[in-house]
Amino acid sequence: MAAQIFSAIFAIVVGVGGCVAYFWGANTLLDLTFPARGVKGASAIDNLRRQSMIRPWLFVGPAVIILGVYLAYPVVETLRLSFLDKSGIHFVGLANYQWAFGDREFRNSILNNLLWLAVVPAACTFLGLVIAVLTDRIWWGTIAKSLIFLPLAISFVGASVIWKFIYEYRGEGQTQIGILNALIQGLGGQPQVWISLPFWNNFFLMVILIWIQTGFAMVILSSALRGIPEETLEAAVIDGANPFEIFWKIMIPQIWGTIAVVWTTITILVLKVFDIVLTMTNGQWNSQVLANLMFDWMFRGGGDFGRGATIAIIIMVAVLPIMIYNIRQANKEMGGH
Amino acid sequence: MAGATGKSFVGRFGVHAAVLAFVIVWTIPTLGILVSSLRDKDQIIASGWWSSFSSSTQTEAGRLPGAAAQVEKDGKFVLEGNIFGDGPAREISAFGVKSANPTQYGAGTVADLGDGVTLQVNADGSFVMTSPKAFEGDRGQRLYYASSAPPKFTTDNYQTVLFSEGIGRSFMNSLTVTIPATVIPILIAAFAAYALAWMRFPGRALLIAVIIGLLVVPLQMSLIPLLKLYNGVGVFFGVPVKTYLGIWLAHTGFGLPFAIYLLRSYIAGLPRELMESARIDGASDFEIFVKIVLPLSFPVLASFAIFQFLWVWNDLLVAMVFLGTEADQIVLTAKLNALLGSRGGDWEILTTSAFVTIIVPLIVFFSLQRYFVRGLLAGSVKGG
Repeated sequence: MAAQIFSAIFAIVVGVGGCVAYFWGANTLLDLTFPARGVKGASAIDNLRRQSMIRPWLFVGPAVIILGVYLAYPVVETLRLSFLDKSGIHFVGLANYQWAFGDREFRNSILNNLLWLAVVPAACTFLGLVIAVLTDRIWWGTIAKSLIFLPLAISFVGASVIWKFIYEYRGEGQTQIGILNALIQGLGGQPQVWISLPFWNNFFLMVILIWIQTGFAMVILSSALRGIPEETLEAAVIDGANPFEIFWKIMIPQIWGTIAVVWTTITILVLKVFDIVLTMTNGQWNSQVLANLMFDWMFRGGGDFGRGATIAIIIMVAVLPIMIYNIRQANKEMGGH
Repeated sequence: MAGATGKSFVGRFGVHAAVLAFVIVWTIPTLGILVSSLRDKDQIIASGWWSSFSSSTQTEAGRLPGAAAQVEKDGKFVLEGNIFGDGPAREISAFGVKSANPTQYGAGTVADLGDGVTLQVNADGSFVMTSPKAFEGDRGQRLYYASSAPPKFTTDNYQTVLFSEGIGRSFMNSLTVTIPATVIPILIAAFAAYALAWMRFPGRALLIAVIIGLLVVPLQMSLIPLLKLYNGVGVFFGVPVKTYLGIWLAHTGFGLPFAIYLLRSYIAGLPRELMESARIDGASDFEIFVKIVLPLSFPVLASFAIFQFLWVWNDLLVAMVFLGTEADQIVLTAKLNALLGSRGGDWEILTTSAFVTIIVPLIVFFSLQRYFVRGLLAGSVKGG
């Protein structure tokens, strides 16, 4: 273990030192190659021009290389692999896609993903909004927000253990140590093995993500609500609007853009949901989702990269509209800049 | 805002009650594993964690001492002692000798076991068994009793998981992965962000668009090509495929789009005059960046550092693909996932391990919440 601590510290020093050395070294080298100071006349201007042509690339270079290797190239490669067989050598055309849409497990995953998409972003946004509005008007609202925000720091695996303990089932007549079954039994109901109830188990898994992400929605929406001009609300009160009218007709339209952002952010997250399903059910009892199925195919039977890549592409296609919208928005903003 | 609603007492009470209900529902799950991790293994199975603050009643079985311990008194053979021995005292409420009816007799009553044999078990655990005939055999009378134990908490579970379940080692592994994977992207992203915000060069707008596009590319797209690439590099150079260096770079790559996006929007918002006056004074871009931009960007660097730290620490997918599952590489999340499989019902192990994995994020989160929230707002209000 001591060796590991040493090597970790060594790695930090080398990694950070390497970065610093690169940026500093490359800049110094550039200054020396095309000196702008101490040189007179046309050559100084020339050198300055050359410097300002090269320097940006020294700055963005490492980022561009890493982004290229770790994100841009894989996107193209995954697309290519999705047309190849499991070994990644032979071209099979659309066979992987044909397989996917004929596969029972894949179709089940698509349905479950749609279910997740329908429920989780809506639930998080709604609950986050309600909590943001309520906590804004009590003196201990900040504390309440902190506590509701807290699960955001917890890993999906940790959260899965936490909720597995809540859903824990023990045979009838035994003391229930899972709080949900204890409650049900206390109210005279039948204890259930919640995570193996087909269809409904999806919702018990979704609860975990909702529990984690509501805090995120709450914080963003709360700050948006604070941004509504005081006068707007005061004017509404003077006009005799009741709290519900103020909420629906004034607050919601004012923060509509933020709601959309929260919604899309959580939507992207939902498409990638993996850890929760892996640790809770590993896709058993009809609870499979695309991200977990993809991981499964990466290693199942020695790994089928063609099918894995195909599933990844399908997740990507779902994200594509959001991506295009974001790029357009950004371009618009920069056009005005 | 204050005057908008809830003027009536009922309205105001309703708001407090609703928020309280949300807070309770949101904290109870975490509280459950925290409390359970501090309970004894047997207690966890015997009763729900919510009842751990009151005395718990459990039925246990034991055996009285064998014939060797008997003494003869007034023509009767007597066995005496305490069923708890020297152990911690608990209170017995009832006892019995048949498994079908383990609480047949109340504590302190004299039970008639037939053939003139009597047995009395008192609340404190002391017992007297008498018989007109001598007891025989090494194995004494089977005894069942219901006892209540006072609330008791222990840190034994933490000792177990940290030192014999391998969680301690995984904790170190997680730190080994997380710290470099947090520091390296910050530097790379900061330079790129400055260039994209304040330097003019061809392809700048395209690069920004690409980064914004990459912001939402699912991680799943990268896994297979990178796994193949790593395998290829490993075979070609004859080096191990799963290394810490490999995962540092992977996390750097996956964190960069957000880092550049977040940092660029902050750095672009710095006052233009600052840069221009420095440039007039003859400072190069490198000097401007190091001496002016970097110090001013501290808040946003801190925000990103917290994000990246939490994301890397909590990550399972990348660790499962790029790191091994041996003790020297398995990180906390992967270890916890493995324990869920191998120690499925052992809640004392699972709850404790889970709490160890979440404690660092919770500390980071609570101590640096301000920066975290700021980053969250900057990162999502504009983009996606």
